[in-house]
Amino acid sequence: MRNGRLSTMKNIFVRQSVALQEKVKITVGNLNFYYDNFHALKDISLTIPERRVTAFIGPSGCGKSTLLRAFNRMYALYPNQRAEGRIVMDGEDLLSSKIDPSLLRAKIGMVFQKPTPFPMSVYDNIAFGIRLFEKPSRVDMDERVENALRRAALWDEVKDKLYKSGSSLSGGQQQRLCIARAVAVQPEVLLMDEPCSALDPISTAKIEELIHSLKQNYTVVIVTHNMQQAARCSDYTAYMYLGELIEVGATERIFVQPARRETEDYITGRFG
Amino acid sequence: MLDDKKLKIYAGRRRRNALALCLSLAAMGIGVFWLMWILWDVVRLGAGGLSLAVFTEMTPPPMSANGGLANAIMGSASMVLLAILAAAPVGILVGVYLCEYGRRGSFPVIVRFLNDILLSAPSIVIGLFIYALLVKPFKGFSGWAGAAALALIVIPIVVRTTENMLQLVPDSLREAAYALGAPKWKVVLMVSLRAARAGVLTGGLLALARISGETAPLLLTALSNLFWNSNMSEPMASLPVTIFRFAMSPFPSWQRLAWAGIFLLMIAVLLLNVLARTFMRHKS
Amino acid sequence: MERVTVEDRAPDNPDALVSPGIFPFGSGVSFGDRIFALLVKSAAFISSLLLLGILAALLAGAWPAIKEFGLAFLWSVEWDPVGQRYGGLAMIYGTVSTSLIALFLAVPLSFGIAFFLTELAPRWLKVPLGTAVELLAAIPSIVYGMWGLLIFGPFLARYAQQPLQALFGETAFLGTFFSGPPVGIGILSAGIILAVMITPFIASVMRDVFEITPPMLKESAYGLGATRWEVMRNVVLPYTKPGVIGGVMLGLGRALGETMAVTFVIGNMNQLKNLSLFQPANSITSALANEFAEAASGLHQASLFYLGLILFGITFVVLASSKLMLMKLKR
Repeated sequence: MRNGRLSTMKNIFVRQSVALQEKVKITVGNLNFYYDNFHALKDISLTIPERRVTAFIGPSGCGKSTLLRAFNRMYALYPNQRAEGRIVMDGEDLLSSKIDPSLLRAKIGMVFQKPTPFPMSVYDNIAFGIRLFEKPSRVDMDERVENALRRAALWDEVKDKLYKSGSSLSGGQQQRLCIARAVAVQPEVLLMDEPCSALDPISTAKIEELIHSLKQNYTVVIVTHNMQQAARCSDYTAYMYLGELIEVGATERIFVQPARRETEDYITGRFG
Repeated sequence: MLDDKKLKIYAGRRRRNALALCLSLAAMGIGVFWLMWILWDVVRLGAGGLSLAVFTEMTPPPMSANGGLANAIMGSASMVLLAILAAAPVGILVGVYLCEYGRRGSFPVIVRFLNDILLSAPSIVIGLFIYALLVKPFKGFSGWAGAAALALIVIPIVVRTTENMLQLVPDSLREAAYALGAPKWKVVLMVSLRAARAGVLTGGLLALARISGETAPLLLTALSNLFWNSNMSEPMASLPVTIFRFAMSPFPSWQRLAWAGIFLLMIAVLLLNVLARTFMRHKS
Repeated sequence: MERVTVEDRAPDNPDALVSPGIFPFGSGVSFGDRIFALLVKSAAFISSLLLLGILAALLAGAWPAIKEFGLAFLWSVEWDPVGQRYGGLAMIYGTVSTSLIALFLAVPLSFGIAFFLTELAPRWLKVPLGTAVELLAAIPSIVYGMWGLLIFGPFLARYAQQPLQALFGETAFLGTFFSGPPVGIGILSAGIILAVMITPFIASVMRDVFEITPPMLKESAYGLGATRWEVMRNVVLPYTKPGVIGGVMLGLGRALGETMAVTFVIGNMNQLKNLSLFQPANSITSALANEFAEAASGLHQASLFYLGLILFGITFVVLASSKLMLMKLKR
């Protein structure tokens, strides 16, 4: 049974499985994370390649979202959370207190589990992020908003309701609005924390398609508990369990020939 | 990296942010400062005037050196207790109606709306109402009227807390009781209200705290009395009204007693609030 | 007993299967339930009548004055118990102006405090300060009033009024705003004391509504690089706007209807000739508190009832709109 399933998986990935040389975007070194005294991430080390999609998978509570939230220091909003170790991007230690979190977050965008449209119009939702760092003219702003919405494959659906409230859109549209909002700031990295968990299958398919096209310009890191999703849209996959990084590698390799027994058990659905 | 123009815009934003944070800190500082100032004066002047006589002796005539607040404390206690005992059951019943019976239709919405208005209606207007209802027809200010005015203040508070607390009781608990064949009134009294009893009691304590300090409605209903009086049909002294009259007077001896009284009142109200809170936290 | 096959046998006549008497108490709802339902419903009914009763009693009490003075009562200043001429403008002005001063001072202060408590305070300060604010909102207003009369009034006179009079006393126009006996009593004192009283209240309402903002919504603004102030200004405040306005209106309702905090420090003088911030004045509530017990029944008392009716009307409008605002936030 298990072998049967594995061989089907093999058939899915008859793509080339050569170990590619990638340019490194982010390096995580010996990262430990604590919620008060709870040790949530244990000595994580991995690299995130540039302009690729890296997926974090694992059962809930394994620390994959925690790891993601360390990249843009979102945890720093909560005084009981702290991280130790290094996350290096372009030669800078992101965890260093010398780096301003606002500037950091302008370079590393984030999309959340649930759509989070701000209480303002569709247009202003996008313009809000742009205005934080630039003062474009009205015409430029219109163009930037349109481009962002096009990037998120949302323009055609909302071009007639740009001045309606962002929360009047459907769930899937709201999530794409949030992606457009993140993209409009022109970040280099895009973090996605289970971006499809609140969406229906059709919207999910659209977002996955979008992720695929985003990697031409952005380094994408996505957290998902849906293995099929990881298999469908990521280039690299990291499997985490109980705060530890069990295995990381090219997605097809992880799904076809997991090196570790724990990964194999999870992927074949023995647990989790 | 971000270019210079962006960084410049960001520097401006950071300055605005720092300014806002400073102003917020200042607001907190101003608030804390004023309240410390008030508390300090109340404790300094109030605790100093405190003695056994305050609890045992009657309110004195002006210019006399001794005297206490015994009749005022006694009057307050009797009117406040009477008000709570009369009003809390009514408030609980209304709260039960809103949560257990009024889940649809427009009448519960109206009841809830009117109750919330009553909750913050000026207390002096309630005093006027009771004056018209109980003082004028019976030709005299009385302890009964004072208690009635306080009771009207208690009802909306108890309604609100009872409803809120009952809403926290999960429906599965009610369903479990119904599944055993219990009639609705038993489910409400023995399951819902029992599950919410800590919260309902908290509401009662908060109402007690609130009416202990109420002055305005008593001015129009119970008035005041310089003497010991256990007859509720007569004008009755109360701690807040006595404090009001003594503090407004030019006599230093009366003002001293007013400070002692205000200290007692504040301690009582704060204690009741703290008690309500710890009680609530303990049970939930 | 007749045996049937479950699959294919439907009863020919279902009614015939019904045999009464298995549940002997077939009355539908039990007796106890009916009594209890009646009890709670009548309690609800009576409680909803209270507000109407208050309105009716005020109208009845005020009727002689309404008949005598009509709506002119609202803009007449004269208040003369000897000549039996009454008008409420001086008190209405006192009530509205003290409340507006209070709101003007208390709203920014409360906002700052709520901002501090939700976004800035370190964890070890958050709970104690939050609790302190809530406890202060529960302190009886008589405490604020008495402190205002005996401590703050003289302080204000000495450190604000006298310097201002020295500075502007001779100036033709400005001087009038600072005139008055130097005892620190009047519209300004009353407004400040009211502000001190309603600040903890508004601050705790604001903090509560700020805290219902979903953390994920705030995080997504932080995720774009927004600062704390920008998150508050552009996300939290718009998201909670109805609640914030509702809370402010609730505070306004309190200030308008407050008796003790005002009566102690406003000076209790029915006049509108002198608009100085330091001149003794009167508000609706302070007039009621001071004059009601002594007023002979008749036109004087009816006029006081009329004032009460006006106060009730104003606060009803304010409270009802605040309630509607808060309901809008909850949806």
